[in-house]
Amino acid sequence: MQREALSKGFVYTLLIIGGLLMILPFVWMISTSLKAPNEVMIMPPKWIPDIFHWDNYVTAWTMAPFARYTLNSLVVVIASTIGELITTILAAYAFSRINFYGRDIAFAVLLGTMMVPGEVLLIPNFVTLANLGWIDQYEALIIPWLASIFSIFLLRQFFLSIPKELSFAAKIDGCSDFRFLWSIMVPLAKPALITIALLKAIGSWNAFLWPLIVTSSENMRTLPVGLTSFSTDAGTMYELLMAASTMIILPMIILYIILQKYIIEGVARAGIKG
Amino acid sequence: MEVQMKDVTMQFNNITAVDRMNVTIEDGELVSMLGPSGCGKSTTLFMLAGLYKPTAGEIFFGDRLVNKIEPEHREIGMVFQNYALYPHLSVLKNIMFPLKMRKVSKGEAEELAREMAKLVQIDHLLDRKPGQLSGGQQQRVAIARALVKKPKILLLDEPLSNLDARLRLEMREEIRRIQQEVKITTIFVTHDQEEAMSISDKILLMKDGKFQQFCPPQEMYDHPENEFVASFLGSPPINLFPASLMDNLKDVSISGTNDVITLSSPLKEGMDPARQVTLGIRPEDFYIETDEKKQGILGKTIMVERIGRDNLLNVEVQNKTVRAIVSPDLRIERGDVVKLGILPERAHLFAVHTGENLLDSKLR
Ligand SMILES: Nc1ncnc2c1ncn2[C@@H]1O[C@H](COP(=O)(O)OP(=O)(O)OP(=O)(O)O)[C@@H](O)[C@H]1O
Ligand SMILES: [Mg+2]
Repeated sequence: MQREALSKGFVYTLLIIGGLLMILPFVWMISTSLKAPNEVMIMPPKWIPDIFHWDNYVTAWTMAPFARYTLNSLVVVIASTIGELITTILAAYAFSRINFYGRDIAFAVLLGTMMVPGEVLLIPNFVTLANLGWIDQYEALIIPWLASIFSIFLLRQFFLSIPKELSFAAKIDGCSDFRFLWSIMVPLAKPALITIALLKAIGSWNAFLWPLIVTSSENMRTLPVGLTSFSTDAGTMYELLMAASTMIILPMIILYIILQKYIIEGVARAGIKG
Repeated sequence: MEVQMKDVTMQFNNITAVDRMNVTIEDGELVSMLGPSGCGKSTTLFMLAGLYKPTAGEIFFGDRLVNKIEPEHREIGMVFQNYALYPHLSVLKNIMFPLKMRKVSKGEAEELAREMAKLVQIDHLLDRKPGQLSGGQQQRVAIARALVKKPKILLLDEPLSNLDARLRLEMREEIRRIQQEVKITTIFVTHDQEEAMSISDKILLMKDGKFQQFCPPQEMYDHPENEFVASFLGSPPINLFPASLMDNLKDVSISGTNDVITLSSPLKEGMDPARQVTLGIRPEDFYIETDEKKQGILGKTIMVERIGRDNLLNVEVQNKTVRAIVSPDLRIERGDVVKLGILPERAHLFAVHTGENLLDSKLR
């Protein structure tokens, strides 16, 4: 009994330490975002500023065209998330339910491409897009991200765990392939799909390198790229950068809190069926 | 509707799951498909449903050739071994689903679904999801869903295998009741012989993809076509003795003993005589022979067990245990040497190599 309590105490301590370590950068970010410029770099570090400079947020927002950046980010996130869901659902269905020639080899090749580091693809992708004339346009920000092998793999595994008799039953009931996918498989896969969508939305919202490379005009910048406005030749305005970062992160945290029960369900379920 | 299979064969890569099946099932019959695991029962059902396309052969529903007809146009209802209910839909929606696919108006579909739910006695569960039902209730939903579009043929793939013994008994009566109420040709897969014996009009017995025998249960039990059929049916199983047929083609001598049994049924015509045979006697076809002069099989009793009204004897003959179910009127103790007589016309004789039944015992 006592040993159990002890080991439980140990586990909780470990988890609390882990949690604190995870949250530390966020606390520091918010703290910095409220400081005066001269407080940012002083030693020893100051966790709570003397005066809370809420005006940093206003200054940061007005210093660069953040409204435009937000619009761009939203367009990119929504389009690429919806696009990825569509391609993922169709591909996962084909790879799990339709018998076509060379299916398993095709899938193995797709999985193989996951081994290629993303950085290697930056230049070939850039060249391709340049030839298509899409550089500095929404196409460049969205189209290369419309499919994810990882998501296809995840959803395919989920689809495979649904017994084939369910599709047999649907076929006897007079349900077409597409109808079956849409009105039976998709609702069943909701937790997996929400997980996929959320991971995608967060990734896309935070994406920095690719938007930086393929956009050049102010009008096409997304929020993370917009943050570079606070770094100038004269140095970086950390308090403003942190204020902007806080504003950018907020929507993702809210989205996560709203949807987290589905994510946990999705991961837990994947664990059981594994 | 009548169902006819002509030389139906299903080949998966190099496995022949079903081998030249020839069977005609009459309109309104309940047929049990029986056989050991992997013998091709489900595959046969999937072919009838149109979910698998046979490699060869023809399937007729009535006089319509259905080989090329898609499942939804075959007018079948099917219940799968794992029920295959749509987990995210309520019971009512599950039953309405086939009607929705047929574009039946919502009001009418709901009315029909409720009617069907009443028939299978689940009308108080309509708002639940399948996950909130017991196995037996899920199965009834599956049956209702299969029946709601008024199919001409009902296919059931081991629908009772997940249920406990009592529920199983109850459900099979239920299936029989529903089947007779709607008078629908039904094919019922099971590997429980007792289940097959109790509810079906006819049994279709298979082994390794090959058809063995197709006839009413009692006839199959009394007149098995071959050794496999004889030993598959019956519990405790039939006793088999290696034996040889004597020159007069009437007497059988049991190997390793001095016992000779005279057959009371004639051999089938055209059999070539003097061959090694297997004598098969069901436990309940033995009696204790007290007359010194009459024939029987001698052995030493190694166990006596009371089962209901009868006694089950384990008798050792040639180091093998023979089971006999006999009347307890004659007191028999462990260790007694007994002579087991055979009821007239109850002996079965099988060829050793082919397993074929050699006796012409059919009452025609
Ligand atoms: N899709 C398939 N691909 C390859 N082989 C298959 C396939 N389906 C069935 N088989 C094989 O065909 C044979 C018959 O299988 P089937 O499922 O019809 O048996 P069954 O009589 O229903 O057995 P059980 O009582 O265990 O359900 C088996 O040897 C099985 O391995
Ligand atoms: Mg089966």
